[in-house]
Amino acid sequence: MTNTATETRSVVVEREMPHPPEKLWRALTQPHLIEEWLMKNDFVPVVGHRFNLRGDWGGVLDCEVLAIEPNKALSYTWNFKHADAAFDLQSVVTFTLTPTRTGTLLRMEQTGFRPDQKQAHGGAHAGWKQFFAKLEELVARAD
Amino acid sequence: MPTAHDVLFKTLADPTRRAIFERLCRQGEQTVGGLTAQAGISQPAVSKHLGVLKQAGLVRDRHEGRQTHYSAQLGALAPLIDWTSEMAGFWQKKFDDLEDLLKRMDQ
Repeated sequence: MTNTATETRSVVVEREMPHPPEKLWRALTQPHLIEEWLMKNDFVPVVGHRFNLRGDWGGVLDCEVLAIEPNKALSYTWNFKHADAAFDLQSVVTFTLTPTRTGTLLRMEQTGFRPDQKQAHGGAHAGWKQFFAKLEELVARAD
Repeated sequence: MPTAHDVLFKTLADPTRRAIFERLCRQGEQTVGGLTAQAGISQPAVSKHLGVLKQAGLVRDRHEGRQTHYSAQLGALAPLIDWTSEMAGFWQKKFDDLEDLLKRMDQ
């Protein structure tokens, strides 16, 4: 199928952190730690477990654990239902931990699509603060 | 003919107008009076800015008795951003928070 409704795109963010994979794994899989850096949640590290991530902006993400490989990889769905297709998102987030000489390379890949996605068409349901910072930059450049 | 991008950029290029819009995004629906109290400019000036925001589709008004309530229309911003760049910024910030947490955690 080649129509835009099924077009998937992905975003990758990587960062090397001066901590062992085991420590990162705890931060990625223990609910009280996940809450400290990501969002409020009822995560359980069991494949098939359904949970929610609740953002400060009031949005609730529907998630399901897809794969777990302790200290190495974690994958779950990251779905946001919204009546307005511009805000709707169906995606999968995968974290990969690779030991390095001085710590761990953490890689996050999010792959997904918006049901009625058009080119350069999206919405904003997360990261509002970042968005506004970006908007300020854009506006400054547009002057 | 100006594109949707042109209208949005032009509308949000004014810092006062952008501040009004951001306040509506963060605090939800507001009346002109409520916005004026925080804006540091006169009520007619706030009303004028709201009119421009409304024309760009960025705010919607709702009449209730003698009061008009304004709310942000986030969907109007959709042409400006692609979800992948939006999420990349989101994750960069979350990774910052994760690094802060790791520093505080025991081994």
